[in-house]
Amino acid sequence: MSHLEALEAQSVYVLREAFRSLGKLGLLWSIGKDSTVLLWLSRKAFYGHCPFPLIHVDTGYKIPEMIAYRDRVTREMGLELIVYQNSAALQAGMGPEKGRLACCKALKTDALAAMTKAYGFEGLIVGVRRDEEGSRSKERVFSERDRDDSWDYANQPPELWGQFKTDFPKGHHIRVHPILDWTEMDIWRYIEKENIPVSDLYFSRGGERYRSLGCAPCAGTIVSEARTASEIVLELARVSAPERATRAQDQEDAYALEKLRKDGYM
Amino acid sequence: MEEARETLKVVFAGHVDHGKSTVIGRLLLDTGAIAQGAVDKARAAAKEAGQPFEFAYLLDALEEERKQGVTIDIAKIRFRTAKRDYLVIDAPGHREFLKNMISGAADAEAAFLVVDAERGVEEQSLRHAHALSLLGARRVGVIVNKMDLVGYREEAFARIRAEITAYLGNLEIDAFPVVPLSAKAGENIVTRSELMPWSASPPLSEAMDELERDRSDESLRLPTQDVYKFDGRRIVAGRVESGGLQVGDRVVVSPGKRETQIRALASWPPAPEKVAAREGESVGLILADEFFHRRGEIISHLGDPPQVADSIKASLFWLGRAPLARGKKYKLKLATAAVEATVAEIVSVTDSQTLNARPGAPEVGANEVAQIWLSLKEKIALDPFSRHRATGRFVLVDGYDVAGGGIVLETRALAAAAGFLEGEISARSEIFAEYFYRYRDGSIVRENPAPRVFAKGDKVPLRGISYSYPASFDVAIFRDRAAVLIREGAVADIMPLEKYSYGGFPLVNGRGFAIKAGSAEEWEKARDALLGQGPPGALGSVGSILDFNVYRKIALGGDL
Repeated sequence: MSHLEALEAQSVYVLREAFRSLGKLGLLWSIGKDSTVLLWLSRKAFYGHCPFPLIHVDTGYKIPEMIAYRDRVTREMGLELIVYQNSAALQAGMGPEKGRLACCKALKTDALAAMTKAYGFEGLIVGVRRDEEGSRSKERVFSERDRDDSWDYANQPPELWGQFKTDFPKGHHIRVHPILDWTEMDIWRYIEKENIPVSDLYFSRGGERYRSLGCAPCAGTIVSEARTASEIVLELARVSAPERATRAQDQEDAYALEKLRKDGYM
Repeated sequence: MEEARETLKVVFAGHVDHGKSTVIGRLLLDTGAIAQGAVDKARAAAKEAGQPFEFAYLLDALEEERKQGVTIDIAKIRFRTAKRDYLVIDAPGHREFLKNMISGAADAEAAFLVVDAERGVEEQSLRHAHALSLLGARRVGVIVNKMDLVGYREEAFARIRAEITAYLGNLEIDAFPVVPLSAKAGENIVTRSELMPWSASPPLSEAMDELERDRSDESLRLPTQDVYKFDGRRIVAGRVESGGLQVGDRVVVSPGKRETQIRALASWPPAPEKVAAREGESVGLILADEFFHRRGEIISHLGDPPQVADSIKASLFWLGRAPLARGKKYKLKLATAAVEATVAEIVSVTDSQTLNARPGAPEVGANEVAQIWLSLKEKIALDPFSRHRATGRFVLVDGYDVAGGGIVLETRALAAAAGFLEGEISARSEIFAEYFYRYRDGSIVRENPAPRVFAKGDKVPLRGISYSYPASFDVAIFRDRAAVLIREGAVADIMPLEKYSYGGFPLVNGRGFAIKAGSAEEWEKARDALLGQGPPGALGSVGSILDFNVYRKIALGGDL
């Protein structure tokens, strides 16, 4: 089996385990390339179907093209989509000028926690990858969150031989990470191989493109001429900057993402 | 093409502070596997914390790990050589984080054990080696790190190599390759060290290519993961754990041993049509039959099915906070099956330092390795680990947590999960069950806290709370027409009842009630009466043949 086939087979296995062993399940779709690949993998696992809803935690600050792309894809594929916002925080004027980490916490972490409780999700499928950032590299495939959504990262269960964490107290939930072992390069090679439609924002326009999508005020572009997935694959082989270098919130503190994730950030 | 490259998952294990993370960090940096940006970020974090930059910073990403200079959890990093790709798994060496080490090692296909050249083999070096052997490793690479601290001397290296090779040898593991290096000084990482001209080993980046994946199994094992009904088709979903399959293959589904045929393989997108699948693939089968499929069943080819059993002997490492004890119940998860399991016996607990097996231990503590017998609530399909890895290993769940992992050594099957087994003879027995008077409601109950299956040579528990047998006695099991000879506390023989002849030993029935027989003649009379074969009128009362009180009493049980 090729490297990409092996990654795909493992991700499909994880998605099927989640579908079988967890109660109410949803897929966190950030509109970005990783969770879009995850959506594709779900349809592979369930033969064209996506047997759980997609969830978009909308901060209200997303790049407008992302929202247009989201609505178009949802309509075309006939998917069930839940859009959730922390409207109280938005009405109170929350934004990046109040501090980027405070903003992430209110509009993403807190919104996600409220959404999880409101809908009673027992499993959330999330497209995080180990190579993105240190605390994500330490994750488990089935990662438990307690009632407060906290992640006890210093005391994680062993994951022996694909036996995942499927026993936990009521009120806790599991973050399922089917593409944990994929790298940014794997994602783009897979998009190329399978011809998966992703947002146009990833492709160069006027000599710039987004390498990592997020909220408009905090996501920057890189200088690039790559206009297709295969050109991005070639470009990635040359760059040494980390993928999330253009995400302003990560640069606030050496452990910014770890601190956010401890409290329930994706 | 790029894509066809092989990826090998390698775990780095070893005692705390022997430098696993430093070795990996150095390897990644010197081979250019880590982006300069990540290095800059790690340097900045070190500076901010007022600490000197360490290569381990590249892997120890968590704030607490860097502050304490200790790896808490595993990290997985990609790395490549000219030969192949690697997924490098950094395992924590601290005793407290053994479960994280095992989690990382369980996912690996090959392993390096890192040993400090100055301090030599220490407690966790041995414990990790022992865990690797239980996880199925037959060959382990050894890195003797910190050669700078021993002046790069060959004698220092040779001494450690001899020590660790001998220990691994006792576990039936080959130590190869054995690489001397200094991660801190960057010696023997990507280029051959001039300071160690005596070394026969290539530098680490090349030595990695000498590691080998443990062999894979050949025959088909496909545990059923789920059954879907999509678009009017019934699809049996699962992953091919070993072997391969093709449309048209005749297969058998265990434990029910039902035969069927693979009619088609589902796929999406629908084209191209899928006609075969190999090891590692997640597939969906459309089968020719109409019977009910359940998660946990195993699909195999005809003529090569897995075993079906409800009693298993296993090697186990225990990670639970509460000790594993005889009579306790756990959830056993093997491949996709899950079943309640009772600890029937703790055969021995093995000391990781000396590898001595200590029999008769009452319980197994955290981080200990043991051999145990488990009784399962129902029969499942499985294999001995030596024959099939994926269907021969399991975890035990205690409450909400995975508390241990084990490999199947031997299996037995019996209609009831307690009794005696020898070839075709399977005899149910309650002779080691307890009788309690329940104070609460005044009822008398029989409980078998640790039901298990005994075979020839097994030691038996002669004394319980409510019973006590002599060291040698005979058991006549009428309902299954078998006899068992117990001699000096162990099963000496199991035979059909018709082959048994009275030998002057005390006699009990299958429930442990004494049979009133003091001679061959009396035995034959009692036997015929209990089999209902005596002449009419000769079948006196039960009390004239059996005596409850000789070896048994009724104990007070339960709460007030």
